[in-house]
Amino acid sequence: MLDELLITARANPRIDPALDIWGWQISVYLFLGGLTAGIMFFSALMLLLRKDREAPFAVNRLALLGPVALSLGMTALFLDLEVKSHVYRFYMAFRPTSPMSYGAWILLLIYPVAALQVLSNVRVGFPAVASWVDVLTPIRRLTDLAERHRRSIAAAAIPLAVALGIYTGILLSAFAARPFWNIGLLGPLFLVSGLSTGAAIIALLSRERTEMRLFTLIDIGLIVVEIALVGLLLISLATGAKLQLLALRHLFTGGYMVAFWGVFVGIGLLVPLLLDYLEIRGRLHRFALLAPALVLFGGLALRVIVVDLGQETRWTHYDSEYNTLLLERLR
Amino acid sequence: MTRYAMVIDTRLCIGCGDCVVACRTENKVPIGLNRDWVVEATSGEYPNLKTEFRSERCNHCSHATCVYQCPTGASHYWRDSNIVLVDPAKCTGCKACIAACPYDARLVMHPEGYVDKCTFCVHRVEKGLDPACVSTCPTRCMHFGLLDDPNSKVSELLRTRQHKVLHPETGNEPNVYYLT
Repeated sequence: MLDELLITARANPRIDPALDIWGWQISVYLFLGGLTAGIMFFSALMLLLRKDREAPFAVNRLALLGPVALSLGMTALFLDLEVKSHVYRFYMAFRPTSPMSYGAWILLLIYPVAALQVLSNVRVGFPAVASWVDVLTPIRRLTDLAERHRRSIAAAAIPLAVALGIYTGILLSAFAARPFWNIGLLGPLFLVSGLSTGAAIIALLSRERTEMRLFTLIDIGLIVVEIALVGLLLISLATGAKLQLLALRHLFTGGYMVAFWGVFVGIGLLVPLLLDYLEIRGRLHRFALLAPALVLFGGLALRVIVVDLGQETRWTHYDSEYNTLLLERLR
Repeated sequence: MTRYAMVIDTRLCIGCGDCVVACRTENKVPIGLNRDWVVEATSGEYPNLKTEFRSERCNHCSHATCVYQCPTGASHYWRDSNIVLVDPAKCTGCKACIAACPYDARLVMHPEGYVDKCTFCVHRVEKGLDPACVSTCPTRCMHFGLLDDPNSKVSELLRTRQHKVLHPETGNEPNVYYLT
């Protein structure tokens, strides 16, 4: 028996009794970062594979969503900062030991490439706004340049998209102090989940039957890989040291059990997998939009669960008799 | 790296909490926040129980994961020593250091939002004084000094007494020692 009791107050807000430092902002940022990775990856890949006819939306129009998703994600990240006026500090230093520092610089590299991806497709993809591009000479010239180097831009976008997708997982897995996060599999899991949400958004927004079918097939593959990675993650926790076993226990008790198995695995992975399968077999058309919507929902659910649960796992375990509510009442 | 260590004799500590009050007063820690705290740890099976009191704080690790995780350099080592400080001017309040600390010894200052922690009272150490908690302790169970100096009190205590650190398996190489 080992009983560790706090005999002086230790109730630092958002630290005790469990960390509560990162909320929806970080989950949304990680989700949108993964989505951006998926968008950049598939628009570049389809272009490089010359799938203009089979996947016109992915090749010509999808890229526009990249900077949009990325900007929304960066906004969420900005909202999380406690000292927002110091945001420029991320770019006053590069810290080679800090994954968050890598992330800040990767995002800075991604922006121009994502913007060039948009410019290289804007005349083909959005003829209605193409005339606007030609109004300002520098933008017209940049667009001309981007069109000439369309394939090179796509080739640069792929490794950057993969780096962004993996980074969203490594950001969390690099914390040895949080046993639930400290598993290298989070990187590949978040990458595959991000690619899956990217494929889902194409299936959701494309008007072409062949393209919807192609990305439904791609999403089936990605969901299967994601399920495998989730399985490996659970095995990794189940065969880990005591703290990781304790972290795993959260997935089999209380709210996290419902959220993980019911919401993420059930509604976010298995149901869309079944719907996608039925659609490919030609048994179901009425729910064609439901499956990709659920994949997007599942992607967000995964980030929320992982970000929240990781913060509940720690090395220190104190029982505290200090009760802030009681103290407030005494005042 | 110059290594400063705190050595706390759990056999002498009575858990009075004066160290906590001293820190609060010296460093003007806002109400509701704590840079240090006292733990009463009881182990064994009745009737063979053993109790120790531990005054805990940031361990000023030689391998401080909080410093490594900080993206801006706000969390840093003071003058090539193991004393870990936060520069509020560089802190964005991203809270990566809080997630990185296996001892959960960091806190968010309110209302300013930057991250705060025990400084080993570096403003006193600079003047050759002990941290406030150490100099206040009524049972003299706390000691502070240079680990690299073989003649310092902390080196002598660690040479002659049984001791431990908290969670050495984290690999952070903490520098707050407990005599058992």
